[in-house]
Amino acid sequence: MTDASNPLLILLVILPLMAAPVCVLMRNAVAAWSLSLVVAWAVLGISIKLLMELNTTPTMYYRIGGWDAPWGIEYVLDPVGGFVILIVAVIGALSMTYAKASIEKEIPSERIYLFYAMMMLCLSGLLGIAITGDAFNLFVFLEISSLSSYVLISLGRDRRALSSAFKYLVMGTIGATFYIIGVGMMYMMTGTLNMADLSTILPTIADTRTIMAALAFLTVGISLKLALFPLHMWLPGAYAFAPSVVTVFLAATATKVSLYVLLRIFYTVFGNVDVFATFPIQPLLMTMALAAMFVASLAAIWQHNIKRMLAYSSVAQIGYMVLGVAIASEAGLTGGILHLFNHALMKGALFMAVGAMVFATGAVTLKDLEGMGRRMPLVMAAFVVGGLSLIGVPLTVGFVSKWVLVSAALDAGMWPLAALILASSLLAIVYVWRVVEVAYLRPVPEGAPAPAQVPLSMLLPMWALALMTLWFGINATLSTDLATQAARNLMGGL
Amino acid sequence: MMHQKSVLRVVSKLLIPPILLFALYVQFHGDFGPGGGFQAGVIFAAGFILYALIFGVASARRVIPAAATRALLSLGVLLYAGTGVASMLMGAEFLNYSVLAATPLAGQHLGILLVELGVGMTVTGAMVTIFYTFAAQPGGDELPRNKQNNPDEGAKT
Repeated sequence: MTDASNPLLILLVILPLMAAPVCVLMRNAVAAWSLSLVVAWAVLGISIKLLMELNTTPTMYYRIGGWDAPWGIEYVLDPVGGFVILIVAVIGALSMTYAKASIEKEIPSERIYLFYAMMMLCLSGLLGIAITGDAFNLFVFLEISSLSSYVLISLGRDRRALSSAFKYLVMGTIGATFYIIGVGMMYMMTGTLNMADLSTILPTIADTRTIMAALAFLTVGISLKLALFPLHMWLPGAYAFAPSVVTVFLAATATKVSLYVLLRIFYTVFGNVDVFATFPIQPLLMTMALAAMFVASLAAIWQHNIKRMLAYSSVAQIGYMVLGVAIASEAGLTGGILHLFNHALMKGALFMAVGAMVFATGAVTLKDLEGMGRRMPLVMAAFVVGGLSLIGVPLTVGFVSKWVLVSAALDAGMWPLAALILASSLLAIVYVWRVVEVAYLRPVPEGAPAPAQVPLSMLLPMWALALMTLWFGINATLSTDLATQAARNLMGGL
Repeated sequence: MMHQKSVLRVVSKLLIPPILLFALYVQFHGDFGPGGGFQAGVIFAAGFILYALIFGVASARRVIPAAATRALLSLGVLLYAGTGVASMLMGAEFLNYSVLAATPLAGQHLGILLVELGVGMTVTGAMVTIFYTFAAQPGGDELPRNKQNNPDEGAKT
């Protein structure tokens, strides 16, 4: 490994980690928000700087406590990790800007400072997952981000938020336990927890039953966190009843980071083993991904709660990402990673638009949206941009990632797959059209109160994401290059 | 009703000081023998929890209010991370204690002591906070009194 120790890596984690207890000590909503806002934007600045440095030094590391790897904990940043921290940081900064007005309306004022403490912990955990080079340390960050997200979800206004958070807690804990069982088995066989070290030792023992079981535990555990069909049951409730800004943040980051963990396992930890040739993973992942695309899209069509509908749509979109991984070619992987970024943008914009409607009118069901196209034209327009992108209409990011996925499927000679990707997009048309029809073609219900003024602090982040959805759909060079670089780096092993 | 059980009251009064003292022993002897911040924190919190069980949660809240336990658990995290940042400011890696004192040996000693103290504070604070939160749930014997302490329910950290 080259000499590129970089102290910025550790700052990414400890800035939000230290901001969380300070938020608790301040016991003041405005002060906690200001601190969180500054930290979130600082994190974004750091991750952009790191991404630029990645151009010259392809791998950066940081050794905690000065202990050399593989004995100590090592943080490693490569193009994939850089791409993921960028996604988390962009969404983190925008949703923290959005949070203030939205959260004041949805959470009792005496709990708001605790909300920001939890957001900071969650941010810290998600960033930590993306930069750690240690399999056990990854588990610790997985738990930090998961535990804080259970609390965040339970803060929702609706009492059902509590049962949803509990359901997520049970499923999430099973997932994390499976992950740690897998890590334990690998540790038993190799005596190391460092990912790079694991990848050099694993090829000699890859065909032992213990390692096969370890990979199975890791895959199932992460799939639970990822909400890969049929392990997605916790997700719709959690997204539907969490406070709006929590849904924005988690929908756009948490499942993405879980997919990143899956990639890390397949391509770094098992990097020198041909996972897809040695283990029967490909047909399994492909079946689950296809089932997710169809079953979850169908389920989305029948939802009355808009947040729940979008949550099912997220399960379907996770299917596309996993499908890209399952194609197991560089192009497929590029498609999967690109969709990770693109989906974060569009789902962020969609959930922010829903959050704005909740803020202004309290609307969460399809019926509440009648005439919304005229009542809140700016917000609804952002929703439509996101919706078009979910379908995959040209000039939006959704089109770009589906294009890459379809051509990857064709390159790999899997033309039925390409047809299925297109067919499932038709289902997205149905559920997006239901909203558009109600919002634009139905009259404004009589006696509907005028919607409250939505503050700029909510509109600007929403429009920033919606415009990025369009921008990266028209000029996809930057995002595609980053995704290609990340995929190439992963395929090349360490 | 607990006030009539004089055996429990006397025995717990006798036991609580040694429990707290033992916690401090486990805390500060942790770098030479079995123990450390986590274990010490749990034992220390057990002292308070025993007090609350025997003398009632309301009196325990007077001894150590919920706001104090929450501050304690935040300060512990800050002490841990702050030790790491201090070693960064002194020119080494995060949590590289060697630079904290004149010699690396003394530095390592000081560093682990501070970090474990942070862990101990956080664990004590978290244990007592969790206990208070559950004790304030509907159905708990303290319900009428705790109505006014509702913000504590938010401390699900």
